[in-house]
Amino acid sequence: MASFTPTIPAPRPTTSRGNRADLPPVAGGGDGGRPDPDSPDYGARLRRARLGLAVALTPIMMLFVAFTSAYIVRQGLPTFDPHTNTVVHDWIPVPLPTLLFLVNTCVLLLSSITMEYARRQLARQVALEPVQSIPGISLGTESKFPWLALTIILGLCFLGGQWLAWRDLAARGFYVATGPSSSFIYLLTGGHAVHLLGGILALLVAGTAVVLHRPLASRRIVVDVTAWYWHFMALLWIYILALLEFAH
Amino acid sequence: MGLIILCVIWLITLASTYFFVAKTWWFPHGASAAAAGIDHQFTVTFIIMGVIFVAAQLALGYFVWRYRDQPSATRPDYSHGNLTLEIIWTTLTAILFVGLNLIGSPIWAAERFRPAVDGATRVEVTGMQFAWYFRYPGPDGKFGTTRPELEDPSAGGEAALGLDPADPASKDDIVTGIMEVPVNREVELILRAHDVIHSFFVPAMRFKQDAVPGLAIHMHFTPIETGSFEITCAELCGLGHYKMHGILKVVSQDEFDQWLAAREAEKQ
Amino acid sequence: MVAQESHQHAAPQGFIRKWVFSLDHKVIGLQYYFLALTAVFVGMFLSLLMRIHLIWPTAILPLVGEIKPETYLSLVTMHGTIMVFFVLTTAPQGGFGNYFLPIQIGAPDMAFPVLNMLSFWTTFVAYIVMLAAFFVVGGAPLHGWTGYAPMSALQSSGPGEGLGADLWIISIAIFCIASLMGALNFITTTLDMRAKGMSMFRMPLTCWSWFITAILGLLAFGVLLSAGILLLMDRNLGTSFFLPLGTINGQMTGHKGGSPLLWQHLFWFFGHPEVYIAILPGMGVASQILSTFSRKPIFGYKAMVYAMLSIGLLGFMVWGHHMFMSGMSPYSAFAFSIMTMAIGVPSAIKTFNWLGTLHKGRIRFQSPMLFAIGFVSLFVSGGLSGPFLAQPALDIPLHDTAFVPGHFHLIMGVAAIFGIFAATYYWFPKMFGRMMDEKLARIHFFLTLIGTYCVFMPMHYLGLAGQPRRYSQLTELAYLHPLVGLNTFMTYAAIVTVAAQLIFLFNLFWSMFKGQKASDNPWEATTLEWTTATPPPHDNFGGHTPVVHNGPYEYSVPGAPRDYVMQTDPATVAAH
Repeated sequence: MASFTPTIPAPRPTTSRGNRADLPPVAGGGDGGRPDPDSPDYGARLRRARLGLAVALTPIMMLFVAFTSAYIVRQGLPTFDPHTNTVVHDWIPVPLPTLLFLVNTCVLLLSSITMEYARRQLARQVALEPVQSIPGISLGTESKFPWLALTIILGLCFLGGQWLAWRDLAARGFYVATGPSSSFIYLLTGGHAVHLLGGILALLVAGTAVVLHRPLASRRIVVDVTAWYWHFMALLWIYILALLEFAH
Repeated sequence: MGLIILCVIWLITLASTYFFVAKTWWFPHGASAAAAGIDHQFTVTFIIMGVIFVAAQLALGYFVWRYRDQPSATRPDYSHGNLTLEIIWTTLTAILFVGLNLIGSPIWAAERFRPAVDGATRVEVTGMQFAWYFRYPGPDGKFGTTRPELEDPSAGGEAALGLDPADPASKDDIVTGIMEVPVNREVELILRAHDVIHSFFVPAMRFKQDAVPGLAIHMHFTPIETGSFEITCAELCGLGHYKMHGILKVVSQDEFDQWLAAREAEKQ
Repeated sequence: MVAQESHQHAAPQGFIRKWVFSLDHKVIGLQYYFLALTAVFVGMFLSLLMRIHLIWPTAILPLVGEIKPETYLSLVTMHGTIMVFFVLTTAPQGGFGNYFLPIQIGAPDMAFPVLNMLSFWTTFVAYIVMLAAFFVVGGAPLHGWTGYAPMSALQSSGPGEGLGADLWIISIAIFCIASLMGALNFITTTLDMRAKGMSMFRMPLTCWSWFITAILGLLAFGVLLSAGILLLMDRNLGTSFFLPLGTINGQMTGHKGGSPLLWQHLFWFFGHPEVYIAILPGMGVASQILSTFSRKPIFGYKAMVYAMLSIGLLGFMVWGHHMFMSGMSPYSAFAFSIMTMAIGVPSAIKTFNWLGTLHKGRIRFQSPMLFAIGFVSLFVSGGLSGPFLAQPALDIPLHDTAFVPGHFHLIMGVAAIFGIFAATYYWFPKMFGRMMDEKLARIHFFLTLIGTYCVFMPMHYLGLAGQPRRYSQLTELAYLHPLVGLNTFMTYAAIVTVAAQLIFLFNLFWSMFKGQKASDNPWEATTLEWTTATPPPHDNFGGHTPVVHNGPYEYSVPGAPRDYVMQTDPATVAAH
């Protein structure tokens, strides 16, 4: 049937928390993958991705909770020394490369800031995308600043700094198996580094998505979720550093 | 079909219960002071769980037959439950289960919450792949130090334990492959292991404790009957786990003293 | 007029996109199911070899030859590991959960279909790595599915403890990642993708069981992963997390200061929730089927939900009951034992409610119901031996005897398996569009029920008599000789029971092609999967999203035209 109005898709009922009573059931379901950020699918996808991230952070937390409990138990562990027929404690704290760790911490916190700028930058871009089609409107130049790339670089700098810290420990004779204290240092910082690397890879995927002309909304979701992950990694690092520095 | 299921479930229930009640296969006779308490608590638990087992299975079988779909069946009861009933049976179950545990806890406390009495017979038990060694402190009452570097399992005896000849307290330590203790006197065990986790289990004494490398675990029990009792290993320790066993001999105090003296004499 | 854009997922074309790297939760569910099916036959074969060796230790068997003591222990280890991980943690959740969670809540797919596909293939990789342990130098590890250190941490503690043990740990670590990916999907989907009207308390109990199971997995598998990492480090990098000063075969191990008990704490912190992961979906399915085939609402729906939640929560507080004899503090043991008795309470509630569902019902005895009834019987039997082990004083004579495998096999090795069978017979028509053969199903049911009771009930007697676990032979200890007769009976029962599973296998595959064609709702059930076509279309509901008006178990509603009211039917007087 002919019509003078542009075709607009009818709002579809979305699956969500099961209690939205406002929308009638309409044929056509599922996500058609449309890039329109105004589409209710986009909002649902973003919310779903954030929920998924919150869930995913739980086992990561449990991993480090388990490592922490092993750490604390091991510190206080008495062991039977047959040489003296007595029970001894054999935990000797390792002097940490504290200055290097603090520099790395600053780098990571800085990367969190740039990550947050990147996240908001992309959110703004997505919100303003329909506006871009209106002739005469242009978005300011600040939105072109490569926050995402900067975050990736800072992240890699952090990992490089961790590598230097491990080299420093090794140079002073503390390897993975040298003693229980050094084992835990490598375990905790190494475990964190592996997870951070995962975050960097996610950012690279988001960055590459620009080249591959992926929909803006999908990129926004990836960057948003990675940003929260990134901030969690920063908090986790601070926790690990505090544990190593103060709990011995 | 309902009737067949009822019969199958009831028969399985009755057969299982029969073999429990008839004690066709049962604990060995208890020969320690703790056995009576443990066996009694087992019996109480067994009766309660047994009654629940039989009642639940018989009810299941009965319901399945009684409420089978047939032309004369009435319309099912459209009920979403009964809160009062839920509260009642939840409370009763909680009281029963937790109460059962609390009744039995003094037994655990008596066995594990206190150290051995002074004057107990002290024996160090060491497990290694795949043998048990027993060490007595000798007249000086002190266990000599052992050094893992000195361990030589193939040599047996003191060398297997890595007894340090440099330590004067080692000189009178007696190492044997059979554990001998006097009756009616508490035995203090110091459990050790060299390589992997083993577990010192004497069914007749109702006694079990894991022997863990890196730990020296102090435990005690009191044998009240003389005889020879099997010691088995009750923690998977390798390919020889099934043949890692020993003998516990409980003898009169005199016999024990003589035996110990004879072992001392052999060392000269 | 508003144009109707088609927003349906385009169904994939091509064999690879459709059947191999499918993003469709239904295909992925089937992939998980068939992985578990192969795993269960491998696991059963291993256990058959074990039982045969126990009573004929010197026998030379076809295909495998002589079974040496170390071989026996590798059978024990791999049987346990494959069954617990690749059968019980895979089929109920990854298999049926994947297939039916989205449909039962009215969603077109899981929240993250790509992640879902990855989680299956990661599980598959873990499975291959696990099986590879059989074929490397030294063979599969000997240390049991529980992998206690120092035995599992020392490469020289026995044959198979070299590369075989490393592969075992790596496989489990990969499996942890796969499970966590799956848990993520289940939780997000349940929370975020329910259809209009499908509140949490209108979800079928199957959905609740998958949801709670996923939460348990989310919290527990990270800890197992941590234990596996520490173990790999001890084995290969010279660390001493679990290894104290000690020797092996008279040689210094080179480690010191570590704690074997630390492994046990980390492992069992995972290990106990794991057994609830294995049984909760079976409980959900049993509730679903008992209600459907009694033509009655489930007795105490909310109590059932709260019971499952309590089991999940308490399940994290009882791990120490595996460690009463370990050298752990006896005061901790007391605390753990109280919590363990407490966890018996919600299990008892569920049993009362299942009986309450049957009471005054109108019971139909089709195959799913047979296995659901069997589930209840086996759950009672297996569950009631728990309170013995939960009391530390009674655990003294019973720990590490055959009483323990008697307990957990009845619960995990049979009840949970009956849950899988019940689910198979129940959902087969929906998945494949045909009915399974009822006569074969009945033979399968009775042979398996009687057979498994004959294998596992006697284990309790053996435990009382003092037969230790994991003994490759009963020849060395004099007091074990009188038990050989009972062990022989158990072995014959096991052979018959395993053979009976071939009937199931035949029925499964034959019915896929030759079974009687099924209608959309052959069981006259109420939940959402029965509102849609058989098999369900690619987006589950053929282009429309269901709207839910009723609870999940509205059977025999007074005044209703039929004896069942579907969840999408207009709200009735009895709507909850």
